[in-house]
Amino acid sequence: MELTPNDERSLRGEHGETIASAYRILVAIGTATEAKKLVPIKWAHLSGVNYNTIGNAGVKFLEEFAEDGTTRVAVKTTVNPMGFDRTKPNNLDENFVKQQMKIVKLYEGLGTSPSFTCTPYEIFDIPQRGTAVSFAESSAAIYSNSMLGLLTNKESSLSALASSVTGKAPYSELRVEEFRHPKVAIKPELKLLTELDFGLFGYFTGKVVKDSCVALDGIRKSKPDIMKTKSLSAAIGTSGTCGMFTSSEEEPTKEVIPFDKTEFNAVRDELSTAEDGNIIILGSPQIGINELSLVVDLAKDKKFSKHCMVFCSRAIFNQASQIGLAGKIERAGCEFMCDSCACLTPLINKDDVDSIITNSVKAAYYMKLFNRTGVALKDLKTIVRDYTN
Amino acid sequence: MSLQVNCRKIVGGYGRGKALVTRQPINFLAMLDTKVGTITDQDHELFGQSVKNVILVFPNAIGSSVGAYAIYSLRVNGVAPTAIVCTNKADITTASGCAISSIPVVDMLEKTLSCMLSSQMNISVDADNGILAVI
Repeated sequence: MELTPNDERSLRGEHGETIASAYRILVAIGTATEAKKLVPIKWAHLSGVNYNTIGNAGVKFLEEFAEDGTTRVAVKTTVNPMGFDRTKPNNLDENFVKQQMKIVKLYEGLGTSPSFTCTPYEIFDIPQRGTAVSFAESSAAIYSNSMLGLLTNKESSLSALASSVTGKAPYSELRVEEFRHPKVAIKPELKLLTELDFGLFGYFTGKVVKDSCVALDGIRKSKPDIMKTKSLSAAIGTSGTCGMFTSSEEEPTKEVIPFDKTEFNAVRDELSTAEDGNIIILGSPQIGINELSLVVDLAKDKKFSKHCMVFCSRAIFNQASQIGLAGKIERAGCEFMCDSCACLTPLINKDDVDSIITNSVKAAYYMKLFNRTGVALKDLKTIVRDYTN
Repeated sequence: MSLQVNCRKIVGGYGRGKALVTRQPINFLAMLDTKVGTITDQDHELFGQSVKNVILVFPNAIGSSVGAYAIYSLRVNGVAPTAIVCTNKADITTASGCAISSIPVVDMLEKTLSCMLSSQMNISVDADNGILAVI
């Protein structure tokens, strides 16, 4: 990868150790993705905010990264959810809270926006199509490439951080037009009806596709709503390396892989390990206004019979409060958890619950492998039908 | 005489040790206990095995972007692999996590060797010169 003389100086440490380590990351990922050069980006979105995921090593890294006290982000930078809702009591130990708040301060010190969201595309103004960005948080990267026409690779926490402080990212893979065309298509041989169906379809897709872009048969024609495309994007990001989907109608491919009842059942059985659960968790990716409206419509005047946690960004919660939606959700017996996400939350563990109920394939995956609880996967309509009265 | 092949340097450095080989990708955030370095996913073929001080040979990382921090955690906790060989193409998570953890990474081996590698083989990875050797 070719670097400008100024980039070379940065890499050698002439602009401080923080910028040098950012450049070391950019050079490594630029080499891995065969980039010819670095290009400017307009927006970085960082993951690696939740203490539950980055732990003490993450805190140590960020402390060292921010040590000079002068490094600031060079472009608009938003951040992923943290571990809990600061406005609510929680059962977390003192150390967790202390370390989490340290992380929050370190990111704020770098000049990032305290967005604590995994769905920045639902909150912030979207740049015009074709704009290069750098999004960690795989679900946001895939959604932004596929639905919004932004240009990002499926970045890591560290590569997006490196791009945020340098304002640059490798010109490679999904930032280059020729890589944004699929070689393989996945064709559903059954009707995808619910957001859960789209999630299971996405999880299968991520597993079998090795390229950075895939065609999904019928995806534009069926006009899936945002709940479905969020679910799809998050699931693709969970199981693989693919960073973008397009549609077979627009871009036919030679190779077509079927997704039939057998494949559907196999991924469902892998992730849905329980028939029922102790609590319901909604919001992975964090819930949006339209999903909240749907919950209100479906629940009507009924109340949830099990504890239902709704994970949400602060911005969406405030919006929902203004239009009276949040109150309706709370009156139905749900509890909002802002600034955090259902997936990788420290608030739920196997000591307290055997199994959780969710409509999110991504949450199911991490609950099973990381939080180690059982999972009952059901779509939102079924959840509201089965657990309200 | 050792068997040598060319490979591509992603993160420089040199490492030598026993190989731990899998054909399955790894989600570093979800499948590993970064405190002790063992693979905790029961469905993974490396379940129960440790990545500490081995040459980890695997296709590429999948899933979470936070996997990069998980790799760094392995380093801080003293249980990191000595070097990493990606038999597919090194991905952004692996490359960035190893870049700040000073774990040498190579990829793009010749296909034949990539198939021949198996756990317990003694391997050296000279990332700076792009050479992998079975000793």
